[in-house]
Amino acid sequence: MKILVCISKVPDTTAKISFTEGGKNFNTEGVQFIMNPYDEWYALVRALELKEAHGGSVTVVNVGPAGNDSIIRKALAIGADNAIRVNVEASSSMFVAKQIAAVAGEYDIVFTGKETINYNSSEIGAMIAEFLEVPFISYTIHMEMNGNMATLTREIEGGHEVVEVQTPFVLSAAKGLAEQRIPNMRGIMMAKRKPLKVVEAVDFQDAAVPVKYDLPDEKGGTKYIDADNMKELVRLLHEEAKVI
Amino acid sequence: MCESATINKIQKKMVLVFAEHQKGAFKKAAFETVTYAAKTAQLLGTECAALVLGNAEEAGQLGKYGATKVYQIKDINLEQFDSQVYTASISAAAQELGAKVVVLSHSSTGKSLVGRLAVRLNAGSVAGANALPTVEGDQFTVAKGVFSGKAIATYAVSSEVKVLSLMGNSIPVEEIGSAVGVESLSTAVPAPKVKVKEVKRAEGVTPLPEAELVVSAGRGMKGPENWGIIEDLAESLGATTACSRPVADTGWRPHHEHVGQTGVAIRPNLYVAAGISGAIQHLAGVNSSKTIVVINKDPEAPFFKAADYGVVGDLFEVVPKLTEAVKEFKAS
Ligand SMILES: Cc1cc2nc3c(=O)[nH]c(=O)nc-3n(C[C@H](O)[C@H](O)[C@H](O)COP(=O)(O)OP(=O)(O)OC[C@H]3O[C@@H](n4cnc5c(N)ncnc54)[C@H](O)[C@@H]3O)c2cc1C
Ligand SMILES: Nc1ncnc2c1ncn2[C@@H]1O[C@H](COP(=O)(O)O)[C@@H](O)[C@H]1O
Repeated sequence: MKILVCISKVPDTTAKISFTEGGKNFNTEGVQFIMNPYDEWYALVRALELKEAHGGSVTVVNVGPAGNDSIIRKALAIGADNAIRVNVEASSSMFVAKQIAAVAGEYDIVFTGKETINYNSSEIGAMIAEFLEVPFISYTIHMEMNGNMATLTREIEGGHEVVEVQTPFVLSAAKGLAEQRIPNMRGIMMAKRKPLKVVEAVDFQDAAVPVKYDLPDEKGGTKYIDADNMKELVRLLHEEAKVI
Repeated sequence: MCESATINKIQKKMVLVFAEHQKGAFKKAAFETVTYAAKTAQLLGTECAALVLGNAEEAGQLGKYGATKVYQIKDINLEQFDSQVYTASISAAAQELGAKVVVLSHSSTGKSLVGRLAVRLNAGSVAGANALPTVEGDQFTVAKGVFSGKAIATYAVSSEVKVLSLMGNSIPVEEIGSAVGVESLSTAVPAPKVKVKEVKRAEGVTPLPEAELVVSAGRGMKGPENWGIIEDLAESLGATTACSRPVADTGWRPHHEHVGQTGVAIRPNLYVAAGISGAIQHLAGVNSSKTIVVINKDPEAPFFKAADYGVVGDLFEVVPKLTEAVKEFKAS
């Protein structure tokens, strides 16, 4: 079984979010970048578990410039066998999906994370699946393989759904699919020697791109209510906030 | 392909909205999405048609929210959800009707479709839009939340066809029309490759992503045996319960209650947080809530900075008092 895991590079969860040039660009100063948690903790780890149980290989792919090699090496240290980097700025969701689809044809399963924690779009996985014309299973929280048949549990509003599908397919990984793995010293050493193939991008025209960022309006300040006066809180929720 | 000739009468360049239902029942998210699509159509000076897949008796009611036509495709292959089958059906309808904008809900179904449809229709997409588009000639600009609610991005969509999915609770539902007749489309529906074996939904409670009122608690609760006061408060308000991540991780509460960056992201009208410190990863999933109430015994708890209303005190005393006050209010 050949598995491809899509990994993206995102600002750390505690990063201070600010923008430069009047909201045109994300301010990277002082920001730590990490592998997108859904990609690292759930997608990559479940892919590795499947390889350990059934054989095959795990390749990670990232669309981005050379600066992204740090997260690629981390994925290799956690246990991926090899990596592909498509050497181009990730300018839009569909552009990224197109690049991934261009290298994904030979894989049985393509893993994505449920969303990136910077763009929160949750759309790239479905786009890859449509380019490849294969099924897509979103928000997967459990997955077993039996030959080329997969049984997956996906989150839906207020519950879950169990589905069966044959390879090839694309899925997006959510919490529950696996447990985070910390790379060990041996993994980190070995990662340095694992193959990282850099490929050039295929042509594709962006149709939807972010052009401006704003910070949400500041809250008007916190109103404190005496712990013995919950009647007042209820009144405010009703009359002022109008939420009950 | 279509059984009826009236399609010719509908304006080209229309807005098509895919209205989701659960076993024939439409929910608030569908009404919001139809309202959004109808208002988008107004901005463009065109009509809004709703598309319903599978059996749903009440489809004509979508007219109330501004759809001037409702189309329906009924087929055995639409009884269960497969993103490929739904994409084929929605895109076939969009092409047949000459839709220039396709609108979906940013639900679990919508998230499985928005990207697929965009590729299929050669369209630019905005997944999780939170406001109406601004129309500038053939281009749209559309806002959506990014960085887990810590910022808003404006996207420019330049393609001829545009696909938008609407984040829940972003715009109010409005009754701006009246019920209309439903027309069948006889689009060919492909066979699914995904087989649904089992669907499980918690009965009776509103699922977190749809809940308008949420009562949430964290490690300050000390243990799972104390959750009765949280459930009582939730019940008095008609709210859904949620929790912080360590609470779900230690098994005090079920995982589906976990909100935050790595859990469910929610934007209810009211979020009450008791015994939660307000770590940045927790806030990432809840800071789009309209009104936030924080109950914490530590006046320095970071959550107070994000709160509209703060109560400094012991939750074991404050929460039952709040429940009493809510009950009194409801009774009056
Ligand atoms: C990558 C990453 C992702 C994460 N994702 C999430 C996420 O999605 N969701 C999430 O919640 N966390 C997440 N976390 C964890 C997060 O950083 C915090 O550790 C967590 O939110 C803390 O949970 P808590 O507020 O319940 O507990 P604590 O931080 O321990 O806070 C308990 C609070 O209860 C108060 N308290 C105690 N007793 C009482 C009392 N009797 N009355 C009133 N108040 C009382 C205390 O003053 C304190 O403020 C993530 C962390 C990382 C690193
Ligand atoms: N630049 C990228 N390179 C590789 N994979 C990516 C990239 N950006 C996003 N992805 C994958 O697509 C998923 C969903 O992203 P999104 O649609 O932006 O929420 C992520 O969890 C990753 O698995």
